[in-house]
Amino acid sequence: MFIGHAALAFALVGGVAIARGWTTERTLAIAVVAGAFAALPDVDMVYALVGVASIGAGGDALALAGAFWSTGNVVHRAITHSLVLAPPVAALAALRLRNGTVGIRAVSALVATVLVVNLRMVMYSASIAPHFREIAARWKALMAYLLTDQAYALSVTRFRETDVSRRGYYLGVAAPLWVVWQLCTLVGIVVGARVPAWLPLDFALPLVFLALLVPAIEDAGTAAAGLVGGTLATLGSGLPYELGLPLGAVCGVLAGLVAEPVGRVLREVVGR
Amino acid sequence: MTAADSVVWLAVLLGGLGTFAIRGSFVFLYERLDVPELAERALRYVPAAVLAALVVPAVLTLGGTPVAETGLGPAEAARALLGSDRVLAAALAAVVAYYTEDVLATIVVGMGALLALGAL
Repeated sequence: MFIGHAALAFALVGGVAIARGWTTERTLAIAVVAGAFAALPDVDMVYALVGVASIGAGGDALALAGAFWSTGNVVHRAITHSLVLAPPVAALAALRLRNGTVGIRAVSALVATVLVVNLRMVMYSASIAPHFREIAARWKALMAYLLTDQAYALSVTRFRETDVSRRGYYLGVAAPLWVVWQLCTLVGIVVGARVPAWLPLDFALPLVFLALLVPAIEDAGTAAAGLVGGTLATLGSGLPYELGLPLGAVCGVLAGLVAEPVGRVLREVVGR
Repeated sequence: MTAADSVVWLAVLLGGLGTFAIRGSFVFLYERLDVPELAERALRYVPAAVLAALVVPAVLTLGGTPVAETGLGPAEAARALLGSDRVLAAALAAVVAYYTEDVLATIVVGMGALLALGAL
């Protein structure tokens, strides 16, 4: 399920390692650290830096951008990643060309993009926090580390409906996700670049979220939240640092609050 | 290790620590903060708003380009999107998700529909 996501990152790391003739040890060391962070989705886009940083001094910016785009297109024509990555990588390529090293400014831009894309996790964190109140801090640290869209969406839906053990259910969802993520990451290293172009793996990611989104829409408030969130994120998809995502998310939540009383009135009218 | 390498490692480290802080933020702060009632109510809308903000832009693309960046006018864009394989496949997948609430079934039907539409 996460193969598309992980494949991009690790095809990049793996491809670079091969192209540059890295030793097995070095490739493994990077892959292990990369694997540890792969559980934090979207950090893996930082790996693109590994790719750019490793192109020899002879490569010009166009070749660099071309290589990057073709990898992205073949492995994971993903909206999320290729879009998020392209601007900072282009900036990085330009900066590198000038002085031969990776510019701090380009790195900051990339890290900033990673953090903005992950800002939605602040909302997940706040939304799931009431359920985690009774849990010890060391467990919370582990649970925060394992927080993904899927683990969040599944858990919060279940917690709303049932009295199931919070820690048990959440870890039962999040830990296997983490393991699968790492395994698919390994698969991505090995077969990533050989994924046939006709297979639209990138489409699996929105489908997962769609499967979680549909049951989350249960009344006028949640419908308004989804409508506004989706519309604004779509309109804002050209914004720098992927700001469209948090913008849509925040406005969607506000729309939900506004629509809540409207929904109540509607229900009363219909109920009568 | 070259200078470029250490910058890369620094970026990976910063990105990792930053997203961990983001994920941990309210999980750790919640009981220490006095969360206002309005904010508690707002949290109910997080899944719908965030998931829609992830899904909709990913589906509304034309030839891999987000629709907002294609430069088409609203009417043209709407017409192009209505005929696009991704939108049709996603609509079908949404129907499956509604009736089955099954993630795997949604993926299989959505991917199958996209492949089938592409082969037509």
